[in-house]
Amino acid sequence: MSTTCCERDTVIDDQPEARQTLDTYLDSLPLTDDSTRNRGFLIQSLHKAQDLFGYLPESVQLLVANKLGIHLSQVYGVISFYSFFSDTPSGEFRINVCTGTACFVKGAGKIVEEFTRLLGIDEGETTGDMRFSLGGLRCVGACSLAPVVMVNERVYGNVTPEMVPEILNDCE
Amino acid sequence: MSTITPLKDRDALSTWAADLKTERASGAPVVIRVSMGTCGIAAKTTPVLEALQSEIRSQQKESQIEIVQTGCMGLCHSEPTIEVYDRQTQQSIFYGNVKPEQAPTLIREESSQAFGVDVLTQNWYRPEETDADVETAQARIVLRNTGRIDPESIADYVGTQGYAALANVVTTMQPDEVTQTMIDAGLRGRGGGGFPTGVKWQFAAKQPAGEKYVICNADEGDPGAFMDRAVLEGDPHAVLEAMAISGFAIGAAQGVVYIRAEYPLAIERLELAIQQARDCGLLGTNILGSGFDFDIELKYGAGAFVCGEETALIHSIEGLRGEPIFKPPFPAVEGLWEKPTIVNNVETLANICAIMRRGAKWFRQIGTEKCPGTKVFALAGKVKRVGLVEVPMGTTLRDIIFGVGQGIANDRAFKAVQTGGPSGGCLKTEDLDTPIDYESLRALGSMMGSGGMIVMDEDDCMVNIAKYFLEFTLDESCGRCTPCRIGNKRLHEMLVKVCSGRADMRTLEKLRQLSDTIKDTSLCGLGQTSPNPVLSTLRQFRREYLDHVMNHKCTAGVCSALVRYDINERCVGCTLCARNCPVSCITGAPKEHHEIDQERCIKCGVCQQACKFHAVDKH
Repeated sequence: MSTTCCERDTVIDDQPEARQTLDTYLDSLPLTDDSTRNRGFLIQSLHKAQDLFGYLPESVQLLVANKLGIHLSQVYGVISFYSFFSDTPSGEFRINVCTGTACFVKGAGKIVEEFTRLLGIDEGETTGDMRFSLGGLRCVGACSLAPVVMVNERVYGNVTPEMVPEILNDCE
Repeated sequence: MSTITPLKDRDALSTWAADLKTERASGAPVVIRVSMGTCGIAAKTTPVLEALQSEIRSQQKESQIEIVQTGCMGLCHSEPTIEVYDRQTQQSIFYGNVKPEQAPTLIREESSQAFGVDVLTQNWYRPEETDADVETAQARIVLRNTGRIDPESIADYVGTQGYAALANVVTTMQPDEVTQTMIDAGLRGRGGGGFPTGVKWQFAAKQPAGEKYVICNADEGDPGAFMDRAVLEGDPHAVLEAMAISGFAIGAAQGVVYIRAEYPLAIERLELAIQQARDCGLLGTNILGSGFDFDIELKYGAGAFVCGEETALIHSIEGLRGEPIFKPPFPAVEGLWEKPTIVNNVETLANICAIMRRGAKWFRQIGTEKCPGTKVFALAGKVKRVGLVEVPMGTTLRDIIFGVGQGIANDRAFKAVQTGGPSGGCLKTEDLDTPIDYESLRALGSMMGSGGMIVMDEDDCMVNIAKYFLEFTLDESCGRCTPCRIGNKRLHEMLVKVCSGRADMRTLEKLRQLSDTIKDTSLCGLGQTSPNPVLSTLRQFRREYLDHVMNHKCTAGVCSALVRYDINERCVGCTLCARNCPVSCITGAPKEHHEIDQERCIKCGVCQQACKFHAVDKH
């Protein structure tokens, strides 16, 4: 095995406060000796970790794996399966265009095109200055406001291509 | 709100409910309900609420007007929505598109209509009655409390007969009586499968006693469906109470709500509701002194559509990749942690308390013989009144779309309605008068699904719609079985060919054949139904496919490869189009007719938008 593969990121050590909070959270889980049952806490732990670190780098995955007593590969398998989890950092402003059917028939595609044009990135990419990430979002159930764009936690409804520059201006 | 103390027995609950009734009768004569669901909040209802509250304070009307924050009222087309309810006359007026600056007049005039707010409707529905307003043909069982009570107050729920069904069940009934009532009522799973709920309970109840689980499937993944979110945000206790009842019926002491992470407000309200129910002794050990123990925990999804399938959902709760497995064994025999488990959808559960309170016979009077009860639809797309609709089973699509939904927006013509999400199909004008239930929709090549109903008009290309749904399936396929993983990919490639004018008649035949193969050979419901949008549009809108293939034409003007922009004789040579064209493919001297180089044109339509003389045609 070459040594380079074991060079792990240092995110977990660079953010001691987030690490402390995650440690406390993991220690508060009612874990038992049964590692199969403990695995039932994996997804909620990953939600917590992603809330704290913004994404799930390997060092964070390893911490969760060790606490729950499961293998890192199982943790990675879960992260790669669910679209909510990401192991790459995203931009400061996460722009997500809803990909639900109501948004689709009301022209979400045009909104994505406009963001792509103005930001110069495709869906799933982040701008070089780490300011904006552009992505799709599974239906948020606000279909009456279609098409819907979410920027971090903020919801924009009835979006038109003309509103896209305004939305970007709001990101200050 | 009264302070919460654990309720010792059934009488304590009835006494509390009676006290609440008295309290209400002597309360403020006017109630203003403010719709605070996710979409209401996104439509800026909070400033309206704050303006109303501060106006009540400044006009010193605290004793006359009470404000209740509710979940979604279902009138999503006119958010922010409020209801002004007069307790004496029991009359309601619903106002839509309310603005904060209208608060002073509204509070001064109370129920007056003379202040320039859109009056949406009056006395719109009467919950739990089937003879509801004829105009809307709605009947509310599932949504009986949604939009009417404060979801963050257990007292509000108890005040509307909340937990009375659970109290009755645990203190006077035997588990098999409860199951029998469900079988008699004939309630069928509202998540889309339509399997009889009582029968499912009976399977689990028959398993040897021991560890068993009740799961509420709140992973509402169908794009365009938001019924479950509305119930969870508007009436969370109804779901908890029903879970406890089902736990009693099958002998389970533990419930799990599996909820998608995309619904933060629903999660927040559920967490609060669970805590309140525990504090009141309505969850936990020895509920109401009956000796029955039951508690509920929340588990979050993480963005995987396939987790709506019950075996995949169970894997996800166990902390695994949400991949489905072959059935049998069914979860009722071997489910969560390999123990007997029943999985019921939110809407199914929301029916249960009403059935237990009013009896199977009452429930059977509503809806059709094979499908008693109601169905909630999330009506969205190109319809005038987007919103939540609850109608008796057997109502026609026409009544829903042109009655409740009031027809197509922007004076366009109706083309199709899509039901059943990515597993469903499209229905056209000829199908509008079919009474809908599980069987009739399946016969038409679509399905009930969880209740998303997307209306499309003449500007929508049906081939493109089929392609959209396949893109969704491709994204969400877990990759476990080959027909779904690779078959859908090939289907999608063929549709791309059709949309770009590169397909021939053989492609259409291959599309049909491969669709049938995927349906027959996929492992779980996701793959078995994924070709439905293709098959149904192929059958119902064959002419559109032929137009794409034979004439290289997309009538709706959606498929950009088949669209052509030309400059007509109205061009005055203002150069605006040429200056705006992102690929500089428009040529022409100032004050002379311009031309588009078709080879280089990317069909973005910017020239048409820029032109002030209507000189750019789209074919």
